[in-house]
Amino acid sequence: MRGQTRVFDMGSPDMWQAIKTQPLMFVGAAIVCVVAILAVLAPWIAPYDPTEINVKDILMPPSWQHWCGTDTLGRDVFSRMLYGAQISLSVGFVAVGLSMAIGVALGAWAGYAGGRVDMLIMRSTDMVLCFPTFFLILAVIAFLEPSIWNIMIVIGLTSWMGVTRLVRAEFLSLREREFILAAKSLGASPLRMIWKYLLPNAMGPIMVSAVLGVAGAVLVESGLSFLGLGVQPPDPSWGNILTEGKDNIQLAWWLSLYPGLAILITVLGYNLLGEGLRDVFDPKLKS
Amino acid sequence: MRRYALKRLIGMLPLLLGITMISFAMMHLAPGEPAVTGQEFNPKVSSQDIERLRAYYGLDKPLYEQYWHWLKRLAVLDFGESFSNDHRPVLDKVMERLPVTLWINILAMILILSVAIPIGVVSAVKQDSWLDRILTVVVFIAFAIPSFWLGLLLMMSLGVNLHWLPISGIHDYSWQQMGFWQQQWDFLKHLILPVFVSAIGGLAGMSRFMRTGMLEVIRADYITTARAMGVPEHSIRYRLALKNAILPVVTLLGLSIPGLIGGSVIVEYLFSLPGMGRLFYEAILARDYTVVMGITVMGAVLTLIGNLIADLAYAWADPRIRHGQS
Repeated sequence: MRGQTRVFDMGSPDMWQAIKTQPLMFVGAAIVCVVAILAVLAPWIAPYDPTEINVKDILMPPSWQHWCGTDTLGRDVFSRMLYGAQISLSVGFVAVGLSMAIGVALGAWAGYAGGRVDMLIMRSTDMVLCFPTFFLILAVIAFLEPSIWNIMIVIGLTSWMGVTRLVRAEFLSLREREFILAAKSLGASPLRMIWKYLLPNAMGPIMVSAVLGVAGAVLVESGLSFLGLGVQPPDPSWGNILTEGKDNIQLAWWLSLYPGLAILITVLGYNLLGEGLRDVFDPKLKS
Repeated sequence: MRRYALKRLIGMLPLLLGITMISFAMMHLAPGEPAVTGQEFNPKVSSQDIERLRAYYGLDKPLYEQYWHWLKRLAVLDFGESFSNDHRPVLDKVMERLPVTLWINILAMILILSVAIPIGVVSAVKQDSWLDRILTVVVFIAFAIPSFWLGLLLMMSLGVNLHWLPISGIHDYSWQQMGFWQQQWDFLKHLILPVFVSAIGGLAGMSRFMRTGMLEVIRADYITTARAMGVPEHSIRYRLALKNAILPVVTLLGLSIPGLIGGSVIVEYLFSLPGMGRLFYEAILARDYTVVMGITVMGAVLTLIGNLIADLAYAWADPRIRHGQS
């Protein structure tokens, strides 16, 4: 019974076949795992305290003692990057969790209810989409104080529009399917319809957009921190190490190179994973 | 065509109203009363500023009246006065900064189109070849690269080490002494890095999109028919398929405007350019709320206009849209 209510079955051999034909997705998944493990294990791996100031070792180039050099206060950049990974990833996950919750709820409501509700929700989505997201985030931060929590919330609150559209579109196309009509005619309540039959079948695209969303949120967080409006020093973040890199561009190339590389690799990992999942869930795009 | 344009214009009005509503709501985001609460002890905001804000927004009146009052001022492009020491109208401050931002974004768009379309087409036509794979990897990396980091690296290599390109500002120190053409060349030189950095993300996204679009069109029935009728492969690709694959790109270009405008904050900060994005950034640091709100509204309206232009261009190119199935 359960298998029949799903258009897409998680355990089918087709899926493993598809994964095998997606080597880039594996690369992405590997990157995602490694970065996550490094972030979690940061307190044990990091060779130095990320906030420990050491006036004797200011702006030291990379060496065996300091793999990625030291910054203007003599702090070890490698250790700061490990802790920065913790911060970036938690911002990414919480922000995406929030935007998914809002997006799925609104999209499901619009797609299921249809009619005037649908129109109202979709027009509001269009309105929010008119704002350059980065402006919106910055404007809100201007009114609040920049802190990790505010950044998570603000990024979450300004990135739900894509998911809303996507879930609504999925629901609209599912609505006319036989098994949905059957469940409906058997008297399933709206919430049960959405939760049991509609959402599970829209799970693929939702997962894809969540994975890609993490990449986007990490980029936005690093951009905000780079501008000095995100994670505040002395807390380390890939973005705020880069700010120091900009200020010392003539003196310390390592401050600019390594944190950016970390952002690039992380974002690339999530993007590859997300795009790979998209092809797995929607094979007709690939062929 | 004219009817379609008129219809789209009227359809814009509710969106415009919605934009103002969201912006207005944002002013009231700060906990408790509108933006001024909690600013009494903020040394950056003087009591005169608070008075001015009260006067501009009519904060002692009920909400709907405040909104209406604000809307009336927006309608005549009155965005209030800046909180900074010069107390100039927000509109004037933005207008003198806008050209730089527009220049960069328009040039970035031209760059995106002129590079992304060929990349997408080549990738699609030679699908799964080595060239396609390499291009795909490059595009993925370009899509994930933080633009400000790329900017930093380019500044470091081309600017600081090689001295090929200037790394900040819009003019050289000796601008005044230059001849006309020298000035133009100097201006262009200052724009090369910012334009490239602004364009990189959109470039990657657009080539990916173009590749998918082209692949879809190539598989369409009418292309198969053309092939069966013996139309040479060359004209099938570049005359029949390309024309139809390019159409959706116009829409995507419209959709990418907010990203470009938003990105100008970072690019202008990085390269110290006197544009709207930098003004916005400075206003945020100084808690210059009238400027922040003014630019937010203007950014949204610019986006709306960009989308309208994209829609009209699409309709102009595709009669099906213009005559509307619905």
